[in-house]
Amino acid sequence: MKNPVPKMPEAMSRLLLAFAVVIGLTVIVVKFVIPPRLKDTSIQWAETVKAENAKPVRYAGAVACADCHEEIVAEKKKGYHRDLSCETCHGPAKAHTDDPDHVKPPAPRDRKFCPVCHTFNPSRPRGFPMINPVAHNPMKPCFTCHNPHDPKPPTVPRECSACHGEIARTLSVSHHVQLTCTTCHTVPKQHRVSPRVIKPTKPANRNFCGKCHAKDATHKGAPRVDLATHGEKYVCWQCHYPHLPEAE
Amino acid sequence: MMDRRSFLRNLLSTLALSGGILGSFLKAFPAWGQEKEEHAGTLWGFGVSVDKCIGCARCVVACKAENNVPKEPFFYRTWVERYMIPKTGEAVVANIHTGLSPEEEVPSKPIFRSFFVPKLCNQCAHPPCVQVCPVGATFSTEDGVVLVNDKTCIGCRYCIQACPYGARYLHPAKHTADKCTFCYHRLSQDLLPACVEVCPTQARIIGDLNSVASPMTRFKRMNKIFVLKANLNTEPKVLYANIDGEVR
Repeated sequence: MKNPVPKMPEAMSRLLLAFAVVIGLTVIVVKFVIPPRLKDTSIQWAETVKAENAKPVRYAGAVACADCHEEIVAEKKKGYHRDLSCETCHGPAKAHTDDPDHVKPPAPRDRKFCPVCHTFNPSRPRGFPMINPVAHNPMKPCFTCHNPHDPKPPTVPRECSACHGEIARTLSVSHHVQLTCTTCHTVPKQHRVSPRVIKPTKPANRNFCGKCHAKDATHKGAPRVDLATHGEKYVCWQCHYPHLPEAE
Repeated sequence: MMDRRSFLRNLLSTLALSGGILGSFLKAFPAWGQEKEEHAGTLWGFGVSVDKCIGCARCVVACKAENNVPKEPFFYRTWVERYMIPKTGEAVVANIHTGLSPEEEVPSKPIFRSFFVPKLCNQCAHPPCVQVCPVGATFSTEDGVVLVNDKTCIGCRYCIQACPYGARYLHPAKHTADKCTFCYHRLSQDLLPACVEVCPTQARIIGDLNSVASPMTRFKRMNKIFVLKANLNTEPKVLYANIDGEVR
């Protein structure tokens, strides 16, 4: 009886054997030799998640600040900056919470930082408090007038600005913003009843301005003049407008 | 005639056996019986209130500090765009400075309206970047964040090209793709992402989209929600509120 399957040529069977060996080796290498983390993405992804979670944290979060700085947090809670995170101004502070004695977070004390948010910019939403940093009380750091933990717009006495609004607004961008009206003017009570008849006083002599601006004045930060030689017979406000004194 | 005792014994054993068979069947094929009660895990979502953004770029600065993003002004995980829409013609979009100096550029045309738009990786549910990655280095985690495995990333930049939001960049030192991870390492420690932490006006929030009570759930309930480039069907998980129709 003849074999229904014709006999394979010997060369063919050797070739098949060679193929089988190559395929078998490939399977063995892929299956067993290559470590699973090189071919299985799910293992790689799990490692990535682990590596991602192990990354260092730089910002400690406002909750961490409240643990020690209770007073400031309580003060801040009442004001307009209540939703502002401590690290927005003081910078990343994880190093500080880890080692509070040696690493101190910086506090921005110059005029550069607050205008980052509060400079006038027409793209900012309406109602956000904005100033022109060139005209707004120049050369004084912001915290002279505004407590950054509880910022408030400094107000002139309402009694005066109700009528003298233009002066109040002029004064609010001048070097003299911190002076109240009554520092320089004595206002009789009757001025409110008959404002055009009973008038407030104006400084009558040069020594009044000299209290801050004379060479021997104790006030810090005011420009100095020699009263003996400067301006001679004139009272200061005849040349200098006290509500918007010119910068030097 | 069966006595009562053997009747009860037979009944109870038959019930127990059939109940066991049915129970194991239901356990093996839960869809056949009741819907399997699976606890939906966390699904991180991000909310941006465009009308609250003041363009101070504190988020950008914080992101760069937290995530070791190069300081040069063209590597960003998150960035803020300033839209200036003139009365006639195309909207002008500019990336805002991250430094402390105020904006200088003055538009040449009269501006109709203007606003800031914070941008970051949208952590799409159908991410084009994951589709195109030839080595499976970028992937979606179970909680909905798209991560990059920088061990296997070959820096081919396909994902950077594929991202319709331009949210990826090639890290100049690591030579791998890099992108926003929602600060994955901070989320796992119950901390807010750095940009959310420092945002002074709460324009950015993060929360669990699956939760019944999370900031994101509230955000979605209280606002009209938009996503960027919704027509691409990427299903972003960064949701925008009060956004202008001009935003692309």
